[in-house]
Amino acid sequence: MTGDATIHGGFITLHGRKVVGGAAEGEALVSSERISGWGGIDPRTGTIIETHHPLRGVSFAGKVLVFPGAKGSSGWSNQFHLARLTGSAPAAMLFNEMTTKIALGAVVVRAPAMTGFDLDPLGVIETGDWVKVNADRGIVEVIKREPRPG
Amino acid sequence: MRLTADEQAMRDGRDGEAVALAMDLLVRYGDALGAERLVDTNNVCGTVSASTPFMRDFALQRSGMDAVFSEFNLDSDRAVEIPPVKVYSTHLQLGFDPNQSERMGIAEEVLRFYRKGEGYTAGHGIQLANTCTPYQVGNVPTRGEHCAWMESSAVIYCNSVLGARTNTEGRESTGSAMLTGKIPYWGYHLDENRRGTHLVELDVDIESTFEWGMLGYYIGEIVQERVPVVVARGGRFEKVPNLQRLKHFGAAASSSGGVEMYHLVGVTPEALTVDQAFGTGRPVQTLHYGEAERQQTWARLNSTARDRDVDYVMLGCPHYNIEQIWEACKLLEGRKVHENSALWIFTPRAIKALADQNGYTRIIEDAGAVLMSDSCSAMSRTMPKGTKVAALDSAKHAHYLPAIMGVQSWFGTTADCIDAACTGRWNGALRT
Repeated sequence: MTGDATIHGGFITLHGRKVVGGAAEGEALVSSERISGWGGIDPRTGTIIETHHPLRGVSFAGKVLVFPGAKGSSGWSNQFHLARLTGSAPAAMLFNEMTTKIALGAVVVRAPAMTGFDLDPLGVIETGDWVKVNADRGIVEVIKREPRPG
Repeated sequence: MRLTADEQAMRDGRDGEAVALAMDLLVRYGDALGAERLVDTNNVCGTVSASTPFMRDFALQRSGMDAVFSEFNLDSDRAVEIPPVKVYSTHLQLGFDPNQSERMGIAEEVLRFYRKGEGYTAGHGIQLANTCTPYQVGNVPTRGEHCAWMESSAVIYCNSVLGARTNTEGRESTGSAMLTGKIPYWGYHLDENRRGTHLVELDVDIESTFEWGMLGYYIGEIVQERVPVVVARGGRFEKVPNLQRLKHFGAAASSSGGVEMYHLVGVTPEALTVDQAFGTGRPVQTLHYGEAERQQTWARLNSTARDRDVDYVMLGCPHYNIEQIWEACKLLEGRKVHENSALWIFTPRAIKALADQNGYTRIIEDAGAVLMSDSCSAMSRTMPKGTKVAALDSAKHAHYLPAIMGVQSWFGTTADCIDAACTGRWNGALRT
């Protein structure tokens, strides 16, 4: 879905819908799997703890978290709310699937959040890329970590 | 979001600061969802407690429970005075059983703080049901009733079995709904989002609670947050699943995935036929659940378990009802919990009172087990000291407990679990 030229240029722009306004930038942490809140993360450190999760043991604190969406318990928003209060919340959240868990979680994290993208963020953003999120303008700029071989 | 004149007046402060903050949160939340408006609700299930150390400290360092409600139920940095709730509100499960604080290792000052919190909750008009299963203790919404419920296993039961309407709400949205009687009109409040998306054809008969739990776990992992439509082998459920079976089925599907609504063709109220379940839509995928899927699910649910010496057996996730307590008593009668093991059973306080009355609590205690209320091991993060290996009859708990507590866990039938508690050894297996 992305043209080669975009990837070779090492710079990709995505357009999407604002969920929570604001602007932030940071290193991307991309999760191919949905994330569980209560019982899925440790809000004291922002670490994913779910048994079968591919990012188990990895923290999203200060990262631009890119993921399909939320799953699991209704404690999702509360766990991410706690992560904000402990300083372990993501810097921004980009996701594909809108649910009440993630909408409320994003609102109480108070970091910029977006969904409804023209390009699939899971397809074009990789962990380690530098990502600038401007939710008010509906724009995400991705600077690839390193150029890919042709 | 379009607000009515009444909603706008609440937002502008007509009913006080707390209500204005509640309306502000609902508007931010509704905008995030892309909802067009709010809907009236008179049935809210949520939590306002402060039972973790972080929340307790938060309350102690600020203006007590009002500060906790302001931050964690209204998303307000500023603590405001919280008025009594406006609509019928029920409290969900909590961080421990205050009547078993010693056994659960709860310090005296924590218990004192808890009692104050309990008084605050009741004083604000919130019903102290203290359970993840409000529908087992009298909060049974009517078909079509708009609700604002937390607790994924209760949400899926409310939508699917009762035909009432709720999304999976969170602590902040239910707190705001309690004070305003409003919730975003989005998702499962609307007819079109309640239709099936995936067809699940059963190649095996599903009868026991254990089998319903496994089926739910399998389906949730595949359909994630979508709406499965389950068709029995031969098209008709010969044995109609009862409350405990659907409670375990839904709890499992909402843990492995994010299922908030399902249809069982011929059983649940919005699925008299396959056509009704899907409406004008068509299934995006058809799944089969047979012997291979059953074995694969069992292996997945037992993937953390290695050691067969079982330190701890926990039953009651979601909270046991009186039928399950009665069944457990029949399995326990004349037996004793092994000296190297322990058995804790969790139930709502109202059902505990019934168990006391029926003599079940005595049978459980005589066997060396404990009947507890209000909480569970995953919520309270408490287990008998030194627990390394647990045994569970709940797929939901087998999903969460190893992640939260770092223990191994066996998943099996209630009989396998009680046998493990009485022998100290796991002898469970997947039987055909």
